[in-house]
Amino acid sequence: MIELDSLSYSYGGDALLRGISLQLAPGSFHFLTGPSGSGKTTLMKLCYGALQPTGGTVTVFGQPLEEMNRDDIAWLRRRVGVVHQEAHFLDHMTLVENIALPLMVSGRDLSAEARNLKELMAWVGLGARSRAYPPELSGGERQRAALARALIMSPEVILADEPTGNVDWEMSQRLLALLVELNRMGKTVLIATHDLALIRAAKSRVQARVLRIAGGTLQYAGADL
Amino acid sequence: MTGPGDRPGLGRGVRGILTLLRGDVQADRVVPPTGFTAGLTLWAAAAMAFLAVFALALSLAAGRMASEWGGALARSSTLRISAPAEQMDAQTTAAMTLLKTTPGVASARVLGDAEEQKLLTPWLGPDLPLDQLPLPRLIEIIEAGKGFDAAGLRLRLAGEVPGAVLDDHTRWRRPLIRAATRLRELGALSLLLIAGVTGAILTLAAHSALSANAQVIEVLRLVGARDEFIARAFVRRFTFRTLTGAGIGMVAGLGAIWLLPDEAEGAFLSGLGLQGWQWLLPFLIPILAAVVAFWATRAAARRILRRLA
Ligand SMILES: Nc1ncnc2c1ncn2[C@@H]1O[C@H](COP(=O)(O)OP(=O)(O)O)[C@@H](O)[C@H]1O
Ligand SMILES: [Mg+2]
Repeated sequence: MIELDSLSYSYGGDALLRGISLQLAPGSFHFLTGPSGSGKTTLMKLCYGALQPTGGTVTVFGQPLEEMNRDDIAWLRRRVGVVHQEAHFLDHMTLVENIALPLMVSGRDLSAEARNLKELMAWVGLGARSRAYPPELSGGERQRAALARALIMSPEVILADEPTGNVDWEMSQRLLALLVELNRMGKTVLIATHDLALIRAAKSRVQARVLRIAGGTLQYAGADL
Repeated sequence: MTGPGDRPGLGRGVRGILTLLRGDVQADRVVPPTGFTAGLTLWAAAAMAFLAVFALALSLAAGRMASEWGGALARSSTLRISAPAEQMDAQTTAAMTLLKTTPGVASARVLGDAEEQKLLTPWLGPDLPLDQLPLPRLIEIIEAGKGFDAAGLRLRLAGEVPGAVLDDHTRWRRPLIRAATRLRELGALSLLLIAGVTGAILTLAAHSALSANAQVIEVLRLVGARDEFIARAFVRRFTFRTLTGAGIGMVAGLGAIWLLPDEAEGAFLSGLGLQGWQWLLPFLIPILAAVVAFWATRAAARRILRRLA
């Protein structure tokens, strides 16, 4: 699905990521961990074409990122569900419209997707909030809305950047449960988090591999978490 | 993105607008309402359409004046011969001979009785016993090129045809015709300038709207919007607002022209009003304004979207 080959990245100064190779196989579940500022978000951005690698290659769905133009990147983003660390919504549109945004921009017929949309909203527990505007949402609601928006196009891959960042323990468990359920449905999942407790909580429920970035390189962490 | 068929043009502009009209209104909502640029676009389009109506009316009226005053009338002069009956034929022949050798005269023709009667009827009534009146003989002179030297011709006539009076009264109209022609060109130029200014205002407004919505654009891109989709959302807005504004301005302009005081017929200014089918022409103004808006905002949107990449 997503392949990184000797990937390097630098924001201009020293290389932040150095020679990272990684393959996300279909149906796999990965955690990406590492201290704050280690480059988790940067690595995610490289996976969905928000950044171009300064060295090495990124291949998504068999297509090298460097060969993609802006329209190809747009197409890529419809096929990869991304939950951003800071989810941005359009404040002038209701929650349900925001979640339907990927459908709108890809020219889908919204009336045909209405049922789908409603089920998804209910699944993430936002069924009663569909007419609310983004500024009225709590942190947990925003995170779930971001997840719902990432899922509306039925992507095969889900990249979630700190999906439990601003929520309490109980909510983080609910979000984790949703992501585990998606993986059971066959989706490929990558979760970036610095929260080791979350990873520990996941271990009993899903066969996950844990990756750790430190000093710009990637290691597989063992079971010693 | 640009193919061989992707050239700017009126046809493509109109087709683009029709596509927009058919487009998905829901997708339009992704751009937040923008109070300032919305008002600016609407009023600028209205003002420009108002002005365009006048420029158009001026251009049409000047054109009408030029063609009414121009034509055969302005190229002709009249030689009037008043002489005792027995000398009339001799003087007429002398005048004709003289005219034939005058540079700048294309042709000269003695008017027949019937024609003369026709000319006099409006002044003296239809029951004129022409044959019993000592009417002067009239010779119509059609000029060639830059025309003849009227002073020189008068001098020669005075020597050879004592009863001849050269009436070149239509010549005074020539500067007016030139002025009317120039006025028509100025009207057309004004229309072009108005279109240009409209395009410039819309480009600025589109730039400002897109820059103010950089965050919205960012969100749209993150969820997989292509530049074309984002541009269309903005272009739709501006095109419709321009169409509405220009429609309002056009109606106001037409109203103002319609309310112009009706001068006596033939008076100089009475021509500014539109006549007949010309009342339909101003309805093209909002359509053309929308085409200008479409192209201007589309170009601006593409430029800004490239810059925001
Ligand atoms: N746009 C940027 N320009 C320059 N430096 C950046 C930018 N984004 C992130 N960084 C830097 O790159 C490093 C890694 O950031 P990030 O990938 O967000 O880490 P993480 O998600 O692991 O906390 C940080 O030191 C951060 O300051
Ligand atoms: Mg981060």
